[in-house]
Order: sequence, then structure tokens, then C-alpha cells
Amino acid sequence: MKTVFKKPESLTDAKFHYCPGCSHGIIHRLIAECLDELKIREQTIGICPVGCSVLAYEYFNCDMLEAAHGRAPAIATAMKRLLPDRYLFTYQGDGDLASIGMGEIVHASLRGEKITVIFVNNTLYGMTGGQMAPTTLLGQVTTTSPYGRSKDWEGYPAKMAELLAQNEGSAYICRTAVNDPPNVVKTKRAIKKALQTQARGLGFSMVEVLSTCPTNWGLSPVEAMKWVEENMIPYYPLGEFKVKEE
Amino acid sequence: MKKVLMKGNEALAEGALIAGCRGFFGYPITPSSEIAEYMARKLPKIGGAFIQAESELAAINMIYGGSSTGTRVMTASSGPGISLKQEGISFISEAELPCLIVNVSRGGPGLGGIQPSQADYFQATRGGGHGDYRIIVLAPSSSQEMMDLAILAFELADKYRTPVMIMAEGTLGNLMEPVIVREAVTEFLDKPWATTGCVGRKPNVINTLHLSQEELEGRNRHLTEKYKMISKNEKRAESFLLDDAEIVVVAFGLLARIIKKSVMEARKKGVKAGLIRPVTLWPFPDEHIQAVSRTARTILSVEINMGQMVEDIRLAAGGKIPVEFYGRIGFTPNPEEITRQLLFIAEREGLL
Repeated sequence: MKTVFKKPESLTDAKFHYCPGCSHGIIHRLIAECLDELKIREQTIGICPVGCSVLAYEYFNCDMLEAAHGRAPAIATAMKRLLPDRYLFTYQGDGDLASIGMGEIVHASLRGEKITVIFVNNTLYGMTGGQMAPTTLLGQVTTTSPYGRSKDWEGYPAKMAELLAQNEGSAYICRTAVNDPPNVVKTKRAIKKALQTQARGLGFSMVEVLSTCPTNWGLSPVEAMKWVEENMIPYYPLGEFKVKEE
Repeated sequence: MKKVLMKGNEALAEGALIAGCRGFFGYPITPSSEIAEYMARKLPKIGGAFIQAESELAAINMIYGGSSTGTRVMTASSGPGISLKQEGISFISEAELPCLIVNVSRGGPGLGGIQPSQADYFQATRGGGHGDYRIIVLAPSSSQEMMDLAILAFELADKYRTPVMIMAEGTLGNLMEPVIVREAVTEFLDKPWATTGCVGRKPNVINTLHLSQEELEGRNRHLTEKYKMISKNEKRAESFLLDDAEIVVVAFGLLARIIKKSVMEARKKGVKAGLIRPVTLWPFPDEHIQAVSRTARTILSVEINMGQMVEDIRLAAGGKIPVEFYGRIGFTPNPEEITRQLLFIAEREGLL
């Protein structure tokens, strides 16, 4: 019997704990496929965040660390400086990266740290039960913006890809989505390009992936995919925001 | 044997390099900044990593990452900065990552002042952050000890897989003294737990999350066993003129060195005084206290704070002997001030 599809070597056999329709599983797999295809699993160290993907250290079949909330870029920074021939990636959600870890991510980018950040934006705090994040859209109802996020009360959603693309230290900044097969393919391409940017020592790289949270959005998995297209992509446009060639 | 005139902070930094420290991650704060400045000059030239972090939070998490690679790493700060680092110190303790954290102390609470202080004793000796843990705390009293204890700190950190703190008054950090420069450390423990990329082995995971009750309790019991082992093996203190002492002063750091003179002056005036200088603040050298509790008349704790170590002394003395306290804030008392206290107690107790 011919094998036509299998689990990447860079994933363990552990079952994902994610909710039905959540995009973390897809994004984990894309990262693992990239590590396999670049043949860098044994040279890679991943750092997972606080949030729904806090257990990602159980899923990636490479050396892994679990970070304090928001601090993964600082941890990756020191590790890359001390192990310059290794690949470092952080996997962070929007509360982790854009709120409590805003300082760490901005300065890792400013310093041009040769690390790759996978930033999963689902517009709210998933694990703690659907509170507002810096990325919550205007008008979006969450448990801590019960009347809908307003520009006058909670302020504007953070566009992290655009923000970090401004920094000289950023070498590759891209925003993708995983709401349909073409976008999934583009996301994989972006993750691979980010890791290759790291390999070439060009500087900081980040792929922001627009993701779903059907549970806290109160939508079915299919409706959640549509919600990404209809609500998120108009505010968070997809594409490459920074591509440094040398 | 090379003898060099060095500031305490520089002696400590050089000691760390001698011990093989190859990563420094820190944020400037008076009176600790000379350590960062020294490392910024030296580390890039010997293949090490120096980063001035954007915050104390980032700095301590760089220590978490740096130590995870198996490299000897350190950070240095002072009171307000050490408070900010507590989140990371809790994580590092649970992840069992060896490292050196230096607190060149200043006064508090709040911004306090930049004068010498010992007011972070409680914070240092009780762990400091959230959760059940302790860290080894060493208190040097000279530039030489700033160097020697830095070397010892890395040895203990690796041996027990724990953060070690050196706590020194700001004055000690800035005091210049001759230092005998030690030989470079050449023997290091293997660190098979380090996350360096899983070439030819199973992946390593460094983690502090334990969601099941059994696992969390198991982790806490494991740490507690380790702390018992450290307590058993690593208590250190200097004893000075204790044999016939009736009044025993307990003091640490540079202050303790100054009090040696007070003790000698008091003896000239007929007071049988002695001194215990804890070198490890945690584990606290309680056997030394217990020994004098059986022979002396009274204990006097002298601290540059409002009374912190005195609680550990009372615990150790177990009510067998009165334990008094004398503290000042914002400066190191001169020897005469403490001699007067000793004479006052001697007179009151009819020991003259």
C-alpha cells in the first residue's frame, strides 16, 4: 500500500486538545511540514506561549520551552545569541504577543534578532474564556467588551504586522490566513520563507496568521471561517509587509 | 598570584567570567551598573553574549533562555529591578535552570534611595516571587568575596540546578580593594537537560506548567527535597571571637566587616563580644545561632533595614536567649555606633 499522506516527523503522536474548528492544529502542522521539508527538526528549538497553545511543547517533536506570558521573544533572543547555528521559533497568540508581550516583540524586532515568530491572531483571549485582546475588532463583543469594542472606550485594534514592518531590524513580515485552502498554502509558503530568512541571517521574521476561535466567537467552524474573510481580512489585510533581500 | 585593585562590582563580574559565564543580560540601575558595563566590554571579546535588555522582565527571561542552552549566564540589578525580575525567578526556579542573579542593594520601598541597604533580605530569602520555592542567597563582605562567591555561585547553581543570588550593599559594589584574581574554572558539569536542538537524541522540554494535582504536588515535593539537601550541605557563616562571647552580634555583608572593629573595641572595654557573619542568607546558618544560644547571654542583630534577619535568628534561637535588634537606614553605621550599643547592653545586663 502506498502512503500518500502522513503526519510530519516534526509533530509528536500526542492528540491536539484544541476545540473543533480552531486553526491552531492547521498552523502547528504547517510549521511541522516546513521543519521536515527544510530538514531542520533537530536544529530547531521552539518556544510556546501562555494561551490556548500553552501545551504546544507536547505537540512539536523538537526541543521546546514553555515561556512566561509574552516573554518568548526575550527567551528566543538569548538562545539564538548563544546558539547562532540553531533555528529559533516562537509561537504566540495575540494577548501574549500584542498585549503583555508588546515590549519583548518590538525590541526583538528592533534588534533584528534572527528568530522566527509565528503570531496567531484570533482577536481575543481564547484560553481564559474570550476576553478582549489588543486585536479585537471595533464593534466586536467579548466578555470584557460586552457592549462591543468602541474606539472611544477601548481604542483601536493593533496591527502588529504593519507596526513591526517599520523596524529596520525586521527582515520578513507577512500576514496570512488559514480560512481556505489557498490561504493555507500561502501560509505555509510564508512560514518557510520566514525560516529561510532566519537561515540567511537577514534579521527578524514574523508571520501573522489570522485564525479562528469558534468557541468564543459563538460560531460554527464553517461560520468562523467566513467571519475571518468578512470581518478580519478587511481590517487586517493579507500580504508581505517587509521583505529584505540582503 | 595576581593582585589587582578592583571595585566590588568589577571583581564580581570578573569572578563570573573566571567561572565561565558567557552570557549577561541586564538593564541599567544604580548601584549595579558597573557589572553590566564590565560585561559589555569583556563578553564580546571572548565569544560571549551581552544584551542590554529593554526591561528587567526581558532581561530575566533572557536568563531563562540563556540558561536553557546550558551556558552559564547571569544578570545584575538592584531593589526595584529585582522586584521586576521576580516573575522570571519563579519560572527559573521551577524549571530548575542554573543562573546567577546579583542584587547590589539600594534602599526601598518604592524608588527608595541609592544608599547602601539590606532591606531586600526578606525578598531574597523567601524566594521572592509566586509559589513555593527558595533560592540560594550569598552575602559577600569584600571585593575578594565578590569574586570568590561569584565563582561559588555558578558551582552551586549547576550542582543543584537552581538560581543563586548574590546580595551586596551598594557600598560593597563601589568599594575599591585589592583582589587576588583566581584561576579560570575548567571543569563543568554535563547538562543533558539543555535545549540545544535534539540532534541524535529525544527532544528536551523546559516547562513550568503542571495542570494535574498529582504532577504539581510531585514537582513541589521534588523541589522541597532539593531545598532540604541544600540546607543540609551549604550553610556557611564566619565566626569571630565566639569562644567566650557573652554578647553575640549577627550581621552580614560589608556591615559585618565593619562590626568586627566594634567587637574588638568593646572587648578592649571589657565586654566579651563576638560576631557571627552569615555568608549564606538562605540557607540560614541556624546551627551557628543555636550554638551560641547555649553559651552567650544575648544576641544582637544589626542590619541596614528595620529588622528582617532578626526573625530568622529568633527562629533559630528558639526562645533560649534574648535576640535584640539594631538597624539604621540609608548608610552603613560606623564602628563606634555599634560599640556604644554593645556597651549599653553589657551595662544593662551587668556584664561589665
